[in-house]
Amino acid sequence: MELTRRDAVAALSALGLGGTLAGCVAPPGSEPVDTDRLRETLVAAAEVVYPSEVSGIEPFVTAFLEGRLADRAHVAGLEEAVAELDGNARVWYDAEFAALSVGDREQVLRNVGADDADEDPSGTASERVRYYVVNDLLLALYASPTGGELVGLENPQGHAGGIGTYQRGPNA
Amino acid sequence: MTDDVDRTPVEDADVCVIGAGPAGGIVADRLAGAGREVVVLEAGPRFDPDDRLARQERAIRPAYDRPDVWDGDPERDAYESTGERFYPLNHARARGVGGSTLHWQGMVMRLHEDDFASESARGVGADWPIDYADLRPYYAAAERELGVAGADDNPFAPPREEPHPMPAFPPSYSDSLFAEACDDLEIAMHSVPNARNSEGYDDRSACVGYGTCQPVCPSGAKYDATVHVERAERKGATVIDRAPVQRLEHGPDALEAAVYATPDGDRYRQSADAFVIACGGVETPRLLLLSESSHYPDGLANSSGLVGRYFMDHLFAGTGGVLDEPTRQNHVGFLTSESHQFYDEADAEQAPFKLEFFNYDGPSPVELALTGDDWGDDLLARLRSDYGTHIGMGGLVEQLPREDSYVGLDPSTTDDHGNPVPDVHWTVGDRALETIERVNEIQERILDELGAEITWQVGPEGTGPAYHHMGTTRMGSEPTESVVGPDLRTHDLENCWIASSSVFPTGGAMNPTLTIAALALKAADHVESAFRKAV
Repeated sequence: MELTRRDAVAALSALGLGGTLAGCVAPPGSEPVDTDRLRETLVAAAEVVYPSEVSGIEPFVTAFLEGRLADRAHVAGLEEAVAELDGNARVWYDAEFAALSVGDREQVLRNVGADDADEDPSGTASERVRYYVVNDLLLALYASPTGGELVGLENPQGHAGGIGTYQRGPNA
Repeated sequence: MTDDVDRTPVEDADVCVIGAGPAGGIVADRLAGAGREVVVLEAGPRFDPDDRLARQERAIRPAYDRPDVWDGDPERDAYESTGERFYPLNHARARGVGGSTLHWQGMVMRLHEDDFASESARGVGADWPIDYADLRPYYAAAERELGVAGADDNPFAPPREEPHPMPAFPPSYSDSLFAEACDDLEIAMHSVPNARNSEGYDDRSACVGYGTCQPVCPSGAKYDATVHVERAERKGATVIDRAPVQRLEHGPDALEAAVYATPDGDRYRQSADAFVIACGGVETPRLLLLSESSHYPDGLANSSGLVGRYFMDHLFAGTGGVLDEPTRQNHVGFLTSESHQFYDEADAEQAPFKLEFFNYDGPSPVELALTGDDWGDDLLARLRSDYGTHIGMGGLVEQLPREDSYVGLDPSTTDDHGNPVPDVHWTVGDRALETIERVNEIQERILDELGAEITWQVGPEGTGPAYHHMGTTRMGSEPTESVVGPDLRTHDLENCWIASSSVFPTGGAMNPTLTIAALALKAADHVESAFRKAV
C-alpha cells in the first residue's frame, strides 16, 4: 500500500503542523540544523519500523519532517536522538545509522533500547529515541488514512476523515 | 511565567463571575447582553485555539497523561482524596477559559421529571425546590445556546416543546449490530443528544471526525464554553485569566469583593454589586470554606453547615467483548445510541440508570502502535489482531446524596498560593453499587444475544466516577437544609448566586451539563431581576 501526498498532509494536519509540502523548510532559530542528516536517518528508521507492505516511505517521511522542522524544541530533541543512533552505529558498525543495512539499523534501534522503552521527550536516551524517532514515525503512519486502512480503519484517530465512515459496514 | 496582560480590576463592575466554564460563561454572556458591566475571574489560562491539534497529539501519545492535555499544573491543582474510593480529581476537570467543557464528552440530556422529586417519587434522596416544568423553558434555551444535535425518538425522555436545534447524528454501524439483539430482547434504542454540530451551527463547523472528542476537539464542532466567554467579551465583559480567587471579602449579609492573585505575584480586589460563583462542584465549596470569617467561622454562606456536603458523581458500569466479525470502532469519539428504557423504574432500592452503546470500544490502533516492543510487520500483525472486533456498552448510575460524601479542606497540604487544597471525600452507597450489578446483568444479556465473548466488565468493585461533580452547595427552600434557594442565591448573602452542578440536590443519571446550562440561564435571570428591583 503506497503512502501518498494526502497521507503526508493528513499526518501533518493531525499534529497541527500545517505543512505546505512546498519544498525544503529551514527550521527557525539561529543554530544551523543538518536537515539532510535528520531526513536520511528518519527515512532509514522508517524502513525498519514501517511494515513491509508500505511503499512511498521517502517522500512521506520527508514531507512529515518538514512540518516538524517548524518546532525548534522538537528539532533539538530529534537531533539528540539521531546523534544517539549514529553514535551507537559507529561503535558497532563503524558507519552512520542511515548507511547501514535494514537489519543492522534494527539492531542499532534495539541496542539503544528503543524497542523496550516507553516514549518520553525528556527521558533517557532510549526513551527519547522512542519518542522522537520510532513513535513519531509510527504516529505519522497510523494517524494517516493509508496507515489506518492497513488496520481496517479508514478514519483513524487524529485524522479528520469526516462522519461517514463510522456509519458504514465492513463491506460498504 | 508572566505576560503583559492587564489583570487589574474593573472599576464599577455590576457583576463579578468567578469561573469561566459553561455556567460562568453563560451567566456572563446573558448579563453582559443585558447591559451589565461584567468581569469574569478565571483561575486557569486562556488557551490559544491554534494549539488544539498539538493538544490532540498529547491526547494520543502515551508520554502525556490526561491532565497534560490542558496544561494541568500539579501544584496549582493539588488535592487530597480521602474517601472510601479514590477520586481522580485532575482527570475529572480542566482549568482555564472554557473549563471542563474543554475535555468533556458532550452528551446533553435533560433530567427526567422524577429526578426533581426523588424523595417524593422514589422514597430516597431529596426533592429539588423546582420541578421539571420550572426548568423546561431553560432546557430549551440551553439546547439552543450549546447547539444540540438530537432527535425526538426517545420515548422515555421528558416532554419537550420544540425540536433540537440540529438533527441527530445517524446511528453507527455497531449500533445496527446492537439493534438486532436489543430488538430480540425488547430493549429500545434511541439517539443521543450531542452538544456537537451535526451541521454548521453558531459559526462553528460540523464535526469532521477527528475522533478525540474527549479530551479535545480540534475543529470546534463540539461545544465548549469558550463560545460563551468570547461572546460575553464581544458584549463588553472583561475576562481576567490566571486570576485564582483567594477569598471572598464580605460583611454579614453581602459580598464586597473577590480577592484574586495574578501571575506576577500581585493581589487585587474586585468589587461588584453582585457575585456569581461558577467554579464547579469542588472549587465552589472550597472557595466558600476558604472565605471563613468571624461571622462565618465554618465557611461563607455556610449557616446550614452543608457547604461541601453531599458530594456526588455518576457511577460507571460497563461490559464489553469481541465478536467474530468487524465492529467498526474508533472512527469517531462520540456516542450515537443509548437506552433510557429502565431509567424510570427507579425506586428506593434501584437507582436510575441509562445504557450507552459504544462507538469506540477496544483499542485505537494509533494509540496501540505507540506502545509495545514491536514494529514493522510484527506491529502491524498485532494491530490487526487487536483491532476490529471489539464491542462494548457503558452506563451511568445515580448515587444518592450523603452527608459523609463531601468536599472539605486539607490544611496539611497547600496549593501554589498557600491555600489548603480540596479534600475530596467520596462515598458512594449500596443503592448505587447494587444498581451497577443490575446494569451489568442487562449488558451481559445484550452481549450474549449478540453472540459476543465477554472480555471485560466494570462492576461494583471496579466502578469509578464519570467526572460529574455535583451536590456540594445544594439547592433547597429551607436555609437550615440547603445553601442556595430556588433562585440560586445563597440563603446567607443577598448578592451571591451560585451557578454550578454544586447546587444539584440529587444527580439523576443523566450527564449534567445541559442542566448546568439551564440553571445558569435561570441564575442570570434572577441576577438581572435583582438589579431591576434595586432600581
